Amino acid sequence: MSRKPYVRKVSKTRWYFKHPRYLRYMSREVTCFFIGAFALLMLCTVERLSEGKAAYESFIAAITGPWSALGLTVVLAFALHNTTSWFNVTPKAMPVQIGEDFLPGKFIVGAHYAAWLIASLLILYFAQVI
Amino acid sequence: MKTRMVQMEVLRYNPETDSEPHFQHYDVECKEEWVVLDALNAIKESIDPTLNYRWSCHMAVCGSCGMMVNGEPKLSCHAFLRDYEGVIKVEPLANFPIERDLVTVADDFIDKLKRVKPYLIPKKDQPIPEAEYKQTPAQLMKYRQFSMCINCMLCYAACPEYALQPLFLGPAAITLAHRYNQDSRDGGRDERQEIIASNVGVWECSFVGACSEVCPKAVDPAGALQQVKVASTIDWFKEHLLPGGGK
Repeated sequence: MSRKPYVRKVSKTRWYFKHPRYLRYMSREVTCFFIGAFALLMLCTVERLSEGKAAYESFIAAITGPWSALGLTVVLAFALHNTTSWFNVTPKAMPVQIGEDFLPGKFIVGAHYAAWLIASLLILYFAQVI
Repeated sequence: MKTRMVQMEVLRYNPETDSEPHFQHYDVECKEEWVVLDALNAIKESIDPTLNYRWSCHMAVCGSCGMMVNGEPKLSCHAFLRDYEGVIKVEPLANFPIERDLVTVADDFIDKLKRVKPYLIPKKDQPIPEAEYKQTPAQLMKYRQFSMCINCMLCYAACPEYALQPLFLGPAAITLAHRYNQDSRDGGRDERQEIIASNVGVWECSFVGACSEVCPKAVDPAGALQQVKVASTIDWFKEHLLPGGGK
């Protein structure tokens, strides 16, 4: 008897439409474009800051406006999605075993949110916002 | 006992006569408590004896009867008919070539499993009559979850990385390597790292997490792979930053 295994083709561009879990994954992965764009904006801001106060203030004025606010809101939404989706899976990557038991995942996730809050407060403090 | 007619669309493929697979419709009288595997057995016994599929234990232990049920990787002995409405579509496990009907070619998985050396490689040989390899309950718990894998390959059928990059070792093979790496009696991690930390190993995984969602034994392969990534990263830093490569 001859063998003739049949190989089913997988679409390289549309595979993630096959199941909601793949779309969920892609929604997390796509956040990198928005975070990358914001990182570039930050780099440009720092670069203009290094050129002096006038250069910095003219740059800030140039990117201030309703469209900019809308864009930054979108970036913030994607950044929050990126952060929360990664924080929520941290117990898988770094389980903490105590004796025969494992620390419940909520404590590991909670520690990440706590560190995020503390880092944010420190930045706001040094930026003299609070 | 209560029965009902269940409509099933089963993917058929005969390598001797077909150029590609096609769906065949069956109306099967099923008992309420049956699983998909029971319905397939009823088809084979009473309607169409030419239908081919693998199964053995009928109790989610042997891992042979994995197939796609309505597009989801399932053990057919663990997929209860009462959980489905309308036509039930049954296909061979995704991401594997079809040998015949619902039977897939599992050679690729078996080869990959062998490559990760999924067995104990003792740190040093000690004759059993003189000294057994002891282990505390805490040491057992470190790897116990990963030892529950039954090699059913559902995780491979769910993994889009494996679908797109067939050289990827895949979830179960790396999880089983991790299971032995975590075992206090084992000394074979360096040998396994050569393959699981290679370019076809754990770095092909982008943490979709589908493997853990479909695992019928709650093994969490996605967790195992992320832990291997963390351990491999620590290895890299030790090798490049510590004097003597951290040995």
